Amino acid sequence: MHTLYLNEVLAAQIRAHGAETYPHECCGGLLGVDGEAGREVRALYPLVNRRDDSPRNRFSITPDDFRSAERVAREAGLDLIGWYHSHPDHPALPSEYDREHAWPWYSYIIVSVAKAEAQAMASWRLADNRVRFEPEKITAILIAEAKAAAPEKL
Amino acid sequence: MAVKVLIPTPLRQFAGKSDTIELEAKTVGEALGGLISKFSELRKHLYTDDGRIRSFVNVYLNDEDIRYLEKEKTPTKDGDTISIVPSIAGGANL
Repeated sequence: MHTLYLNEVLAAQIRAHGAETYPHECCGGLLGVDGEAGREVRALYPLVNRRDDSPRNRFSITPDDFRSAERVAREAGLDLIGWYHSHPDHPALPSEYDREHAWPWYSYIIVSVAKAEAQAMASWRLADNRVRFEPEKITAILIAEAKAAAPEKL
Repeated sequence: MAVKVLIPTPLRQFAGKSDTIELEAKTVGEALGGLISKFSELRKHLYTDDGRIRSFVNVYLNDEDIRYLEKEKTPTKDGDTISIVPSIAGGANL
């Protein structure tokens, strides 16, 4: 299983964004690094959900927003490694709609929000053959700390 | 016409880890077809089962979205750049 390193400060910011936009879905970019030591989120790029017509159960990030996220990542010396969005009153499980519209390689964090309070958070990656999402383990240990604890494992 | 196709990060693993592929093509559609001939794993991520470009795959010829040009029939010229730019979409199943 892939692992995604996400510290609690950033996790709390994702939860807060989901709670703030409830009952609508929130969305944003995950900026970070992806290499031999693993994948780590180092910053978020909150975005506006462009699905005005159905924001309670759909989100959309336009090509212009995508390019903006890429530019911000590049300026920060980071990569665009994935996306987050919320599921208001729905579990943090990817839907069929999520699967149909997903790109491989990216980490997709989903946070469940019930009655304006963030609940579970989970991360997923689309299988290369597109037939399913595979769970990605979120751990709050920063890569630097993990390396110090067990350098032979990373 | 000698064109460059810019490959977005999520698809580079299927394109020999390249961010740019150079091809000969007279149209955007021909360039994308050439790309898929070279890297067959890209097909399912760029096209639906019935052969249409997926809705969340945006294709630009230089700075223009091909939807506002002649779509895949848009002609290319030497030195053109074709960019594949993702839209990101999803949502709860309701």
